[in-house]
Amino acid sequence: MADPTILTTAADSTLPFDDAVSGAVLEATPNGLVVAADKLLELATYLRDQQGYDYLSMVTSVDWPPYFEVVYYLYGVAKPKDLLVLKVRLPDKVNSVVPSLISIWPGADLQEREVYDMMGIRFAGHPNLRRILLWDGFQGWPLRKDYKESYYEEDTKPFKSRHPDGKHLWAEDRVPWKDNITYPVAWDPDLFTQPTVQYRKIMGVDAGGNGDGKDLKTERVLINMGPQHPSTHGVFRMVVAVEGEQVVGLEPEIGYLHRCHEKIGERNTYIMNIPFTDRLDYITSMSNNLGYVLAVEKLMGLEAPERADYIRVIMAEFTRIISHFIAVGFLFNDLGAYFTPALYGLRERELILDLFEAAAGSRMMCNYMRFGGVFADLPAGWVERARDLVWNRLPRVMEQFEDLLAGNEIFLARARGVGHLSAAEAIAYSMAGPMLRASGVPYDIRKVQPYSIYDRFEFDVCCRPEGDVWARFRVRMDEIYQSLRILKQALDGLPEGPIMPPGKRQYQIRVPAGEAYSRIEGPKGELGFYVVSDGKPNPYRYHVRAPTFINLTSLEKMCVGHKIADSVVILGAIDIVLGEVDR
Amino acid sequence: MVNLSDSAEGPEGLKKNVFLTTIDNVYNWGRVRSMWPMAFGLACCAIEFMAMMAARFDLSRFGMEIIRASPRQADLMFVSGTVTKKMAPNIVRLYNQMAEPKYVLAVGACAISGGPFKEGYNVVSGIDKFLPVDVYVPGCPPTPEALLYGVMKVHEKVMGQSVRTAPWYKRDQLNEPLPMPVLGPDLYNPKDRDALKKLTAAKVEHG
Ligand code: SF4
Repeated sequence: MADPTILTTAADSTLPFDDAVSGAVLEATPNGLVVAADKLLELATYLRDQQGYDYLSMVTSVDWPPYFEVVYYLYGVAKPKDLLVLKVRLPDKVNSVVPSLISIWPGADLQEREVYDMMGIRFAGHPNLRRILLWDGFQGWPLRKDYKESYYEEDTKPFKSRHPDGKHLWAEDRVPWKDNITYPVAWDPDLFTQPTVQYRKIMGVDAGGNGDGKDLKTERVLINMGPQHPSTHGVFRMVVAVEGEQVVGLEPEIGYLHRCHEKIGERNTYIMNIPFTDRLDYITSMSNNLGYVLAVEKLMGLEAPERADYIRVIMAEFTRIISHFIAVGFLFNDLGAYFTPALYGLRERELILDLFEAAAGSRMMCNYMRFGGVFADLPAGWVERARDLVWNRLPRVMEQFEDLLAGNEIFLARARGVGHLSAAEAIAYSMAGPMLRASGVPYDIRKVQPYSIYDRFEFDVCCRPEGDVWARFRVRMDEIYQSLRILKQALDGLPEGPIMPPGKRQYQIRVPAGEAYSRIEGPKGELGFYVVSDGKPNPYRYHVRAPTFINLTSLEKMCVGHKIADSVVILGAIDIVLGEVDR
Repeated sequence: MVNLSDSAEGPEGLKKNVFLTTIDNVYNWGRVRSMWPMAFGLACCAIEFMAMMAARFDLSRFGMEIIRASPRQADLMFVSGTVTKKMAPNIVRLYNQMAEPKYVLAVGACAISGGPFKEGYNVVSGIDKFLPVDVYVPGCPPTPEALLYGVMKVHEKVMGQSVRTAPWYKRDQLNEPLPMPVLGPDLYNPKDRDALKKLTAAKVEHG
């Protein structure tokens, strides 16, 4: 895997960018540039405008004992090989503030809120800094190292306390509350009133109004959709401000499926995290496995044998087909074609799941990949079944889809020109995957920075200039053809050989200290895993860059000006999966 | 159900055309064949729920293909997935909004106990802390076959109920809505009020 260049101190020991923004970079480490907090905005502007780093891929934070570190991953769409990592260190752990980058990259919006929610780091200048995954009023900052959840046992697994005398102890029996809860001392439920959220931003309060919309000609009304709503694909909730039927503001309200993936991941050993990654985006478990094992393999300096690499690609591409079938099917669901297209998609999904079940033992939560390879070899007859699907069945099904859906007049009328996002906006909002490509940016990580063995296959990057819902549908359909193309090459070229590196399989792997970020082109976009190791058996920091979470940032931008019924379609075209959005 | 022809008495012509049964039997049979589930997907298990509805497993064989988005029209709630603290009040509200008779099916390890995510700070250790659950289907996720089996268990339960004793037909036994949990510093279940006050008070005394 070709590693992107990370700028480090040059031999002449001058700090990078010092001539342009002097004093901004304090130190150049192999893992990124340490930046002074007060110069961050200036440096970021310079990097975006002069250096071409226009794509803010990920914002996260690490709680080191002496300081908090906010980590920014920057790429340039035009120069994808260059990665720039910025780090801001905040020694003041009680009152830690960094400037918000939202004015430079609007895509930082939700991510900064997540950092605030999880670590308690505040972002100066952020217009709507409040909890995002948890609720307002929650006690504590969960990803800080000193935060202990109610069922806390030990810092790292495997826990010694589970079977004291060979008998299982219920978690409920170990805590005073007999449940997964903790209350602050002397909290009185009788005196408590729940805080209400004002939605000041979308109601235009700070823009001079008084919140009731009285200063406007028409009345502005808040409409709540979700978390139980048939069009929200799970427990997503959006609060929409409307004037008449026109959307004038929108705020995604998420976290209803926040399952503490990262906190649990930091207690787990490395290998225990693989089944948890299955449950991120639960439709594409194989891709999630792949992203995670690649990140850890990068830290360990491990390479998978050739056969394993091929199997991984085959599984990942099948997963992409499933995901796109479901995305397309449910997009039509949202348009009112109640369930028929989705049924067609689910029907094909079953056939692919049969293949997964034969190889991995489980239909949905495959838990198939391991560090250095895959867990089991393909059973006899598997390849033939896969070939039959790829050469015969799926192309026929695609024809059917094209006939029935692609030219449908109602669909065209409702999808064309809806939810428009220009190329520049898509980049600024850190959109990824089909969303980015449907806005005319030919950016596919499999091509621009090939991982695994994707550099061996011939395929095209599907891209459409329109930037609307129709283009997103079209890109997904076209990607299924490309996936089939890759699958044909991979199934033809599948070599014999081992599926794991030689040596005994290890349960407790040794991961050297360091940090790694690996990104793959998941079906829904750039799926990144950021793993920091301190040499212990479990990751020190584990963060998932979830593509659909970040794609939601632009939801308001896309919806404003359209009718409220269109916002459902626009949301459907993002193809969110809540397991990944909320983690 | 008994066909009259099985017993000796009665005119010949009627024997083949008259059936004797109980009201309960016919009534419950009707309810079982038209049980409308609520479209309520929480997490991964909901995907298997969809697979169960789709072509291969085909829930409509049970007359259950009408998935209602509104709790008012639903008879059966599949709690399919991880119940988080943030979501718990909404689930209780939806349950309260369902009309009697109503049934709850807990799908998967998460809805039963918290499952793989049990230790998480935002995860409820099983929906039965808040709702009465009729059938539990274990698995992570349960296969669609297992879900179908769970559905049939609900049917069995329904078949065993009687119009005479069912509480929802008695005026004085109408169910009170369940108390809604509150999102305070942590999830607070009003049911625990007294125990909670005792514990927090004790903590204050001992510093
Ligand atoms: S039981 Fe397993 S599959 Fe079901 S919601 Fe929980 S984690 Fe997902």
